[in-house]
Amino acid sequence: MNLLELLAEPLSYTFMIRALSVTVIASVLCAVLSCWLVLIGWSLMGDAVSHAVLPGVVLAYIVGAPFALGALIFGFLAVALIGGVRDTTKLKEDAAIGIVFTILFSFGLVLISVTPSHIDLNHIIFGNLLGVSAEDLWQVLILGAVTFSILIFKRKDFTLYAFDQTHAHALGMNPRLIGAVLLGLLAMTSVVALQAVGVILVVAMLIIPGATAFLLTDKFSKMLIIAPALAASAAILGVYVSYFLDASTGGMVVLAQGLIFTVVYLFSPRQGLIAAYIATKNRRKSLAAAS
Amino acid sequence: MIATSTTELAVDVSSATVHYGPVLALDNASLALAQGTVCGLVGMNGSGKSTLFKTIMGQIKPDSGSVKIGGTDPLQARKSGMLAYVPQSEAVDWNFPISVRDVVMTGRYGQMGWSRRAKKKDHAAVNEALERVELTEYADRQIGQLSGGQKKRAFVARCIAQGASIMLLDEPFAGVDKRSEATITTLLREIADDGGSILISTHDLQALPQLADEAVLLMRKVLMHGAPEVVLQAENLALAFGLDPMKRDVS
Repeated sequence: MNLLELLAEPLSYTFMIRALSVTVIASVLCAVLSCWLVLIGWSLMGDAVSHAVLPGVVLAYIVGAPFALGALIFGFLAVALIGGVRDTTKLKEDAAIGIVFTILFSFGLVLISVTPSHIDLNHIIFGNLLGVSAEDLWQVLILGAVTFSILIFKRKDFTLYAFDQTHAHALGMNPRLIGAVLLGLLAMTSVVALQAVGVILVVAMLIIPGATAFLLTDKFSKMLIIAPALAASAAILGVYVSYFLDASTGGMVVLAQGLIFTVVYLFSPRQGLIAAYIATKNRRKSLAAAS
Repeated sequence: MIATSTTELAVDVSSATVHYGPVLALDNASLALAQGTVCGLVGMNGSGKSTLFKTIMGQIKPDSGSVKIGGTDPLQARKSGMLAYVPQSEAVDWNFPISVRDVVMTGRYGQMGWSRRAKKKDHAAVNEALERVELTEYADRQIGQLSGGQKKRAFVARCIAQGASIMLLDEPFAGVDKRSEATITTLLREIADDGGSILISTHDLQALPQLADEAVLLMRKVLMHGAPEVVLQAENLALAFGLDPMKRDVS
């Protein structure tokens, strides 16, 4: 069997094509959003919201509403509760985040355990790539397309929000509204991504690609291309490796992202560890030569 | 410059009182800034300088009192682009992946459409503003790659590109060398001579007389508002600072 046949083999199964499509779509969407999250300093917020949507998704399942609606409501509830706990106590934000999202996540776990269902709701937690139905794929496609379009169309406002909220305010914009929209998109993205890797690993896809791209460039417009490109590569790599090794697909995708991050962290031409080491050495050398 | 009717005050804060919880931050403070003037805002930390700025910017609504910008409601004034702000160095993320040109371009956002796509006139305004602050050759550098004085000039360029007639500068001379300080002073004087109104909070008392037409001494309330030479006399400063501030590093 040659390499091409080997690579084509998984694609002869419908479930693999669906798995690959969902993973690539979710990864790209998360990667785009992650560019802003890492710059605003919302990585923990991404962690919190992506976990806190769990009870919303389960409740939506119970009443037969769209998952996205439940996720949005609980995403905003989480952010409101975090703000409330932070502002009305002497606790710092990280404690408020830790308290709120773990409680909501646990509530979701309890709901799953007591909800009789013909589908395995545990798939929400760990993802169920290989069991993606045509209907799931449609939901991911539509939600993903809507979220992606808003992110790209309003990207300059989100970037200004990340860089200088006071200036946005001075121009008569409403920074709080921009922030709220971004949080809403975060909740929607979580719904898309939990199909692929599950609630627990969504946060990885919401941080790693943006962080990796940030180490590679100092132009935001380039981050918006590098991050999704890397994430899509990691998605394809992860899905393939998991197929041949018969390993956890979600886990493999995130491992692939981690591998890319590590390579960039070490070898990035400007900010990588190796480049920094060489630069320091050269400086010492030229200093020694000068003296 | 966006024209405001010549009789209107650029900034008119009247009897503003602001509390943070139980803490009184501004006590019945009034400040009138005429068009075409540079005003230095002097006071120690905790004297309410930032609070007064935020009140003018409309980020804080005073418990009592009112604010008018260019004779109109502050939100309307902001939407018309007449108000611009130069942040304190500490408030800026200097690692942010944005170029000097793009920072200046954000000054144009109020005049752009929904997706903030830059048109020819926006590029022209940005180029002109960069030229004015002498940063053209650094335009494509990441914002953190500039010196302290250049960074400030980049943000002043953003105000110019915006076409703002009222500028608020928060500690523009902190971490700026003397030469850059002189350049910025000249630039601000030019803007004021063109009709711009400038409010500067500063710890740099020595530089104030060359820069400002008037000075305001703040200690939760406006203690004094007048010519810098008068306001900055030692006995007046003692009111706001306690001891002899010209001889000490006031922080």
